[in-house]
Amino acid sequence: MSIIRPYGDTTGDGMVQLSFTLPMPHSKVAEGAAVQLANKMGMEPALVVHAKPVGEGFTFFVVYGRVSHLVDTDAVSVVERDYPLLTPKEANAAIKQGLRRRLVVVGGCIGTDAHTVGIDAILNIKGFAGEKGLEYYRELKVVNLGAQVSVPELVAAARAEKADAVLVSQVVTQRDAHLLNTREMSAAFREAYPADRRPLLVVGGPRFDEAMSADLGVDRVFTRGTTPGEVASFLVHRLVSAKVAS
Amino acid sequence: MATTSTLGIDRADVRRARTLARQVGKPIVDLARRHTTVSVERATLRLAGLDGADAEGTPWVNRLVDAVRADCGLEHGVALPVWDALVRGEADDLHVLAQKASAGSVRFSLPEGRAATRARSASSKAVGAGIRTIDRQRARREKFIKRVGDAPRKPWIYLIVATGDIHEDIPQAQAAARAGADVIAVIRSTGQSLLDFVPEGATREGFAGTYATQENFRLMRAALDETSQELGRYVRLTNYASGLCMPEIAALAGLERLDMMLNDSMYGILFRDINPIRTFVDQRFSRQVHARAGIIINTGEDNYLTTADAVEAAHTVTTSQLLNEYFAKEAGLEDWQLGLGHAFEIDPDVPDSFRLELAHALLARELFPEAPLKWMPPTRHMTGDIFRGYLLDAFFNLVGALTDQGILLVGMMTEAVVTPWLSDRDLALQNVRYVMNAAGNLREDFHPAPDGFIATRARQVLAESIQLLDQIRNDTDAAGDPPLLAAIADGTFGLMKRPADRGKGLDGVAAKSEAYFNPATEILDAPKQGAGK
Repeated sequence: MSIIRPYGDTTGDGMVQLSFTLPMPHSKVAEGAAVQLANKMGMEPALVVHAKPVGEGFTFFVVYGRVSHLVDTDAVSVVERDYPLLTPKEANAAIKQGLRRRLVVVGGCIGTDAHTVGIDAILNIKGFAGEKGLEYYRELKVVNLGAQVSVPELVAAARAEKADAVLVSQVVTQRDAHLLNTREMSAAFREAYPADRRPLLVVGGPRFDEAMSADLGVDRVFTRGTTPGEVASFLVHRLVSAKVAS
Repeated sequence: MATTSTLGIDRADVRRARTLARQVGKPIVDLARRHTTVSVERATLRLAGLDGADAEGTPWVNRLVDAVRADCGLEHGVALPVWDALVRGEADDLHVLAQKASAGSVRFSLPEGRAATRARSASSKAVGAGIRTIDRQRARREKFIKRVGDAPRKPWIYLIVATGDIHEDIPQAQAAARAGADVIAVIRSTGQSLLDFVPEGATREGFAGTYATQENFRLMRAALDETSQELGRYVRLTNYASGLCMPEIAALAGLERLDMMLNDSMYGILFRDINPIRTFVDQRFSRQVHARAGIIINTGEDNYLTTADAVEAAHTVTTSQLLNEYFAKEAGLEDWQLGLGHAFEIDPDVPDSFRLELAHALLARELFPEAPLKWMPPTRHMTGDIFRGYLLDAFFNLVGALTDQGILLVGMMTEAVVTPWLSDRDLALQNVRYVMNAAGNLREDFHPAPDGFIATRARQVLAESIQLLDQIRNDTDAAGDPPLLAAIADGTFGLMKRPADRGKGLDGVAAKSEAYFNPATEILDAPKQGAGK
């Protein structure tokens, strides 16, 4: 089951759909150009099922076709969850036993990003996807700094609260703002703390790549669809279980 | 709209809701009248014609206000000290005075007696000229619409442009207008809300939007004038009067003939952590300018629903609409200028979500029958599944058609994925056209059953809203602040607690002294003569 093809309605048919716009007025030639593009992308045969003039000098296409490429699922590399998923009750119990105090989490959106949707979904009691947010966990002390927190403010708050973990959300990605902001943030924490005292740095947002944590200088990257329970479980795994084990 | 309620709403309840909004709002207006801010003073100088910036990009209005403040404080306003210096012959005009002041070669003082009278009349003349420019721009808009024609139908189709570069925005805006947009909104750069100055000149660098500057306003309006001529209908231009520079941006919008402005009474406080007093003072001045300029405001109730559950928080939208209406009318805006906001943000997995949306939208329509209302598309539950998103947008459009919305912000199926592509915009407009063409007149046949789900839900939301307003009216804090400030401080609106003595921009607020004088406020506070639609 490691070699597969796209599935339309029959195993192995390799059917895909594609839509795009070409900067030329609609004509037979334009439709031919759309087929040519699809062919070069590996769709053979390619069928233009829809072509429509859009604005002046542009045509929008929907193309269906068959690709010959094979996908080898064994050759795919992703970041799998490497920690056990805990219920809030289990997480609370683990913190109480292992840490003997509340675990402190400071969170916010840094840079000019005003979208608190992400950080609020993880931190607010309200939560996300049917799971309660971190504020619901009795053994977690949550400080939500909200939006447009500057990096120095974040470092200062982490110090003042003696944060065990710092959670940063980034939604706006124009000109890679999320990557630039995250690197600035992790550099500031490396500068402000000795390596063994630095709080755990966690960053999340819909456009991050989970494999980028080392590159960004953070301990973990969470991407779209992450639930509060996953974040809480990760915090417990790294800050409590790991410490108890060592 | 019919005068009798289609939702079975008791008119006494509506009166009670408005009375409560007035009782909650009035102490805030009094507070706003007793204070001034750096931005109000800078806006006054802008109306008198002081534009441009120094070599570091700091606007001259900032330089001059800072210099006056250092010498005589902010509490008297800057008009008297500034025009006193001009009358004394310290400089030939405001620009030279600002340059000298930032070089430290002018001392400002508060004039008294005769000198004060002279400064008062000189400043009134200079600021009056700016207000007359705003009046002329308003008349020009009205003439332009008469000549080329207005948007052919309601709702007006509202499309967003956001490249960060004004010279990219212009062809995109023109293309969007040709494709059917009646209103173009140029989204601002994300950080601009929190800048305590208005950037200068044509800008080509912005994050997720383009800076609001006087030159960008002028360039875009000129381009849309051209397109309006070509299309035979007036294409409106929208920008944002929110954040720390509300009053100045409002003045610039009036001077450059923008047509609609985002302007919410509490957005800056709750979502940007701007000091509450700063916000209310700035908001009142900016709305007075909008009223004078014939600009339609758009309020930001959509924000309540993107941060809280759209069913549980439905009544906070109604409450905010009532407060926005009170503050707007107090500032001189008329019903046709009130684009009160609301949004289609209920989780589509909630049973009867469409009926709930319809109930909320009908309630807004019924409470504010003469206001255009601004209807905003789903964002929160747009997951990246563009196909499902396209269906949600169609249902959003259908509610818009059934509830006679005035301004419809067109939803994009690629919301939360990319900034809209050319094809996304085209598909979105096809969606709107199909729904309006197929069901635009459906509201003639559509009467919710008086005891049905929709009417009952609408009455429930109004009742909850009245309850919330009543709770706000009775709120108190240790400092003895007006109830609304106490309510904002203790987190009545969402989970955000915003105390009156905290937040950004507080150092730019001053209580007015006995000697305070502001020629712009004098003109704007005076009852206006015969300004119609």
